[in-house]
Amino acid sequence: MATNTPMISLQHVDKTLGGRKVLDDMSIDVERGEALVIVGGSGVGKSVTLKHIIGLMKPDRGHIIIDGQDISTMRPVELNNFRRKFGMSFQEGALFDSMSVFENIAFPLRRHTKYTEQQIRERVDECLDLVHLPDVASKRPSELSGGMRRRVGFARAISLKPEILLFDEPTTGLDPVISDVIAELIVEMDRTLNTTTVTITHDMKVAFKIADRVAMLYKGQIVEEGTPEMFQQSKNPIVQQFIEGRAEGPLTE
Amino acid sequence: MNLLERIGRVFIHLFEETGLWFGMLGRTIAWTFRPPFEGGEWLRQMVRVGVDSIPVVFLTTMFTGMVMALQTYNGFHRVHAENFVGSVVALAMLRELSPVLVALMVTGRVGSSMAAEIGTMRVTEQLDALQALATDPVQYLFVPRVIAGIVMLPLLTILGDALGVGGGYLVGVKLMGANPIVYQQNTYQFLHMNDVWSGLIKSAFFGLILTLTGCVRGYYTSGGAEGVGRATTAAVVSASLIILFTDFFLTKLLF
Repeated sequence: MATNTPMISLQHVDKTLGGRKVLDDMSIDVERGEALVIVGGSGVGKSVTLKHIIGLMKPDRGHIIIDGQDISTMRPVELNNFRRKFGMSFQEGALFDSMSVFENIAFPLRRHTKYTEQQIRERVDECLDLVHLPDVASKRPSELSGGMRRRVGFARAISLKPEILLFDEPTTGLDPVISDVIAELIVEMDRTLNTTTVTITHDMKVAFKIADRVAMLYKGQIVEEGTPEMFQQSKNPIVQQFIEGRAEGPLTE
Repeated sequence: MNLLERIGRVFIHLFEETGLWFGMLGRTIAWTFRPPFEGGEWLRQMVRVGVDSIPVVFLTTMFTGMVMALQTYNGFHRVHAENFVGSVVALAMLRELSPVLVALMVTGRVGSSMAAEIGTMRVTEQLDALQALATDPVQYLFVPRVIAGIVMLPLLTILGDALGVGGGYLVGVKLMGANPIVYQQNTYQFLHMNDVWSGLIKSAFFGLILTLTGCVRGYYTSGGAEGVGRATTAAVVSASLIILFTDFFLTKLLF
């Protein structure tokens, strides 16, 4: 595969859910190794965008090209295997609550690798080390705090060494200090694992910390994108209102 | 017009649901034969559907056999046909009561909990997480449950057959004072192997219906905790109705 093509490319994607057009002719590319953060208010289609990238939703129109392959036309079985390229972290962690932390992280390894029990144990420890969470392997997800659950979710997402990492609202519902810790962890994982990452959030502080490039989603389209510095100085009133968190402006009209 | 519209909507909804159900049945069958096979998960579900249901099946079928004997004895006594109590109890249990009652009890016990379990996984994004980990929920969740239903329901039904006939014997002999040897002879006299098979084949279908309905209802859950509650109720109601409905047609068609 040519390395100068973008890793992720959304091309003119439309999606209508429950009679409302959530994505409207949306296009964006993510380069290899880049960390893109998509920001935007609640209900503007951030989660929907992420679910399209990993193929959990199919676009009504348009194409989603991942590493040169169009996943919007893939057959389910093919797509299922293709997803091994991805690691995804969900809003509340989405850990399997019928399993221990260890079993959660071992789950994809047991299913998709021929690792021995010893190798699985080593890889799980390695992943827990990467998210700085030793000594929780035998715990149940219900015994963990919100921040810890998020981190176990990260560990599970990286266990198969994915090329692309997706983070759905990684800091929502966490206190500011833990949010910062999580943001730093994402930066660190991005560097050490050398992945392409897409994060969606409405927390600008987190966005500026993680991003190589920030994009703002509004009414199903990308209305502004650029490096964190460029983004901060954007003249776009929508972007300005969102960064400053004002109640008055074009967003609330 | 309004009324027609409403009736139309009900039917469209019904056809949609039926379509979903059969679509999922197709996917479940397809995934059954694709590796990796979840041996451990299959066994766990068989324990859940089969072994854990034994107490409920025990009580239900035994008491049904007992009350059957009581009632038929009452009725047959009036026409001096007490001798046939054993035959009637055995035929009714094997062909009809044991398969259907076992299926309805297991629907309440297991079908509902499957809907609640998978529904909770839906609203907490665990189903999305499964897919993100390159694991099809139909393969990982549906297949082991449906297999467990198809395998375990006939086994539970055999147990129910024995307990029902045994319960009838207890009432007939100990309570009504029938001659034990005559009662036994009457029990077996008119039975064919076909009576056993027909009950078992039906129960395998019921096992498929109740597990798949629980899974499908859970899978299409939406709307948080309330949605999970709705899915659970819907799973029990629709599985019970489909079971009673197919029971008639299977009985008519096959035997």
